[in-house]
Amino acid sequence: MNICVCIKQVPDTNEIKIDPVTHNLVRAGVPSIVNPFDTYALEVGVRLVEKVGGKVIVLSMGPKQAEEAIMTCLSVGADEGYLISGKSFGGSDTLATGYIISEAIKLVEERENLKFDLILCGKQAIDGDTSQVGPQVAECLDIPQVTYALDVLEENGEIHVKREGENGYDVIGVNLPALVTVVRLPYEPRYPTLKSKLAAKKKEIKVLSEEDLSMLDYSKCGIKGSPTKVKKTYTPVNTKDGVILKGLAADESAVKLADIMHEAKLV
Amino acid sequence: MYNELNQEIVDKIKKVCAKVYTGDDINPDYAKDEMPIYGTRMPGLAAVPTSTEEVAAIVKICYENNIPVTPRGAGTGLVGGAVPLYGGVLIDLTKMNKIKSYDLENFVVEIEAGVLLNDLAEDCLTKGMLFPPDPGEKFACVGGNVATNAGGMRAVKYGTTRDYVRAMTVVLPTGEITKFGATVSKTSSGYSLLNLMIGSEGTLGIITELTMKIIPKPKNVVSLIVPFENLRTALTTVPKFKLSHMNPQAIEFMEREIVLSSERYVGKEVFPKSLNGQDIGAYLLLTFDANTPEELDAMIEQAGELVLEAGAMDVLVADTPAKLKDAWAARSSFLEAIMEETKLLDECDVVLPVNKIADYLEFVNKTGEECGLVIKSFGHAGDGNLHIYQCSNDLAEDEFKKRVDTFFEKIYKEAINCGGLVSGEHGIGSGKIKYLAESIGEVNMNLMEGIKKVFDPKMILNPGKVCHRL
Repeated sequence: MNICVCIKQVPDTNEIKIDPVTHNLVRAGVPSIVNPFDTYALEVGVRLVEKVGGKVIVLSMGPKQAEEAIMTCLSVGADEGYLISGKSFGGSDTLATGYIISEAIKLVEERENLKFDLILCGKQAIDGDTSQVGPQVAECLDIPQVTYALDVLEENGEIHVKREGENGYDVIGVNLPALVTVVRLPYEPRYPTLKSKLAAKKKEIKVLSEEDLSMLDYSKCGIKGSPTKVKKTYTPVNTKDGVILKGLAADESAVKLADIMHEAKLV
Repeated sequence: MYNELNQEIVDKIKKVCAKVYTGDDINPDYAKDEMPIYGTRMPGLAAVPTSTEEVAAIVKICYENNIPVTPRGAGTGLVGGAVPLYGGVLIDLTKMNKIKSYDLENFVVEIEAGVLLNDLAEDCLTKGMLFPPDPGEKFACVGGNVATNAGGMRAVKYGTTRDYVRAMTVVLPTGEITKFGATVSKTSSGYSLLNLMIGSEGTLGIITELTMKIIPKPKNVVSLIVPFENLRTALTTVPKFKLSHMNPQAIEFMEREIVLSSERYVGKEVFPKSLNGQDIGAYLLLTFDANTPEELDAMIEQAGELVLEAGAMDVLVADTPAKLKDAWAARSSFLEAIMEETKLLDECDVVLPVNKIADYLEFVNKTGEECGLVIKSFGHAGDGNLHIYQCSNDLAEDEFKKRVDTFFEKIYKEAINCGGLVSGEHGIGSGKIKYLAESIGEVNMNLMEGIKKVFDPKMILNPGKVCHRL
């Protein structure tokens, strides 16, 4: 089974800095990590391949420094790493990103001489929080998708996805190739071993440039190709002026709470 | 021998301190620390001062009226040190919690004694500085850390709290205010009263303000989780790091059982339990720091080679903030995890020469079995400081205490035979006086008592602790 895991390098901070003019993320000076949900997607992929054989290939789009994130993935089970990097890709919104990644996936298949059975993504990136790129890649590739996976299990060549629901999970069988987005798993991603870390350092990270991706329609890439226009961004203010109901019985509190919410036009 | 509090004294104290509680208004937590097995007692009055002057005024009234006074920080001690064994007045210092100022040219921070370790550590990081002492309990007061000379994880490289105290303001048992130490790097200026105060557990004076040394924060930090088949192999590896010119911040050891408990408590599986079909019996958790990533990489490669040669099953690298946090969260939750799963609990924190801990722990486990006690151990392997917990969920309290007594007699004796001491960092409090006396002998106990009398002629300050036997 060949698996492509899409990952994103994100700033490791709760207070994300945003350029007030371009409304894009300011990356300089902020420590970067692999998007935590993507680390779960990678762990799922590595476990599947450990069980049934095949390859895990990590694909990311971002500036040169995202190579660091790919190297981290190579140290915890990924076999190869590709980085889509070039000026034309900067500022892409989710639609443009989905399009670029889907075309890059086809190119990687060609270069590696294989077909991906499964594309895995984290359910969302912690900086953008849109949850859109995974599903858009599936749309562009015209393959089935299952979102919010708690786990992906293989049985006799079939893939069963445990999809998180409000009251438990559904088990969904899916035809391959498919794309699955992964939430936080019941288990933690593995630690790299010293050996795997050293081996990862020696691996080449293959960069896909604008030239490599010449099949792309560049009017659909980057800031120009992105229909999303960010008008304003701001950090939400933490308000502490909550109401605490004290000294009332449970039923009285409930009535009072309903009244307050009604007054505030929340219900 | 002490006077009882009366309304007149209470009124006097109320005049000098704004927050005073009596009777049912006293927080019941003031009767105990985290090891209630050493006895509990409510104070007659609890005062929550906000300045050194207020503390001094309260103590002066107590001195004049012969009322016992017990200082208290966050109450996270493990030997009954903050328990007002003779009632009287309890002084809660947790509202003296201001970080006052930094002097970054002299690498010091001035704080009030009730600042929480966690708050100081985080505040220092925002200044690009590190407060190196790193005891497991992050929500203890720094004043309490100084009073017990707390050690913690990073002591292997950076030493204990003692090494980071430059100066302090102290209220003596007479109510006088004095200062010990200065913002200097060396001193040969008479007896070090500063060092006498450190580790005196609130028996010689009440520390109200501190000037603490800080260092520039190391730029790169990595932890290694090193699994071993058994504890002996893990522990015999420990002395080899320094012999190979390596200087880790921390070298912790942990047995499989305690890791399982802790992960149940934290609700997250972090450490591997088996490798290639082989069960893991014990782990070392190491931290290295360096100023460049290259330096750090070289360090962990060297450490990796060393442990693999010494019989480690593998070397896992915690090199991202999340992985570092997870690895150390599991380690920091050991005590809470044990408490969660245990009805009756006692502990000791002996410290031994580093090369003796493997044999000693085998002795401890055998003795625990003989005494019919469940033993859980972990600790700072790098400085020979062991935390050994006796646990029971089915024994009656009397029977448990009897068995623990027998157990302690044997293991403290063996610790002394191995060249160790009673406590590495938790202190003596009221719980370990007997074992301290046995280990250091009458001559040294008399010296300690003599010092206590010079500071506290009426023996009113934190009575019944460290060397004060009644």
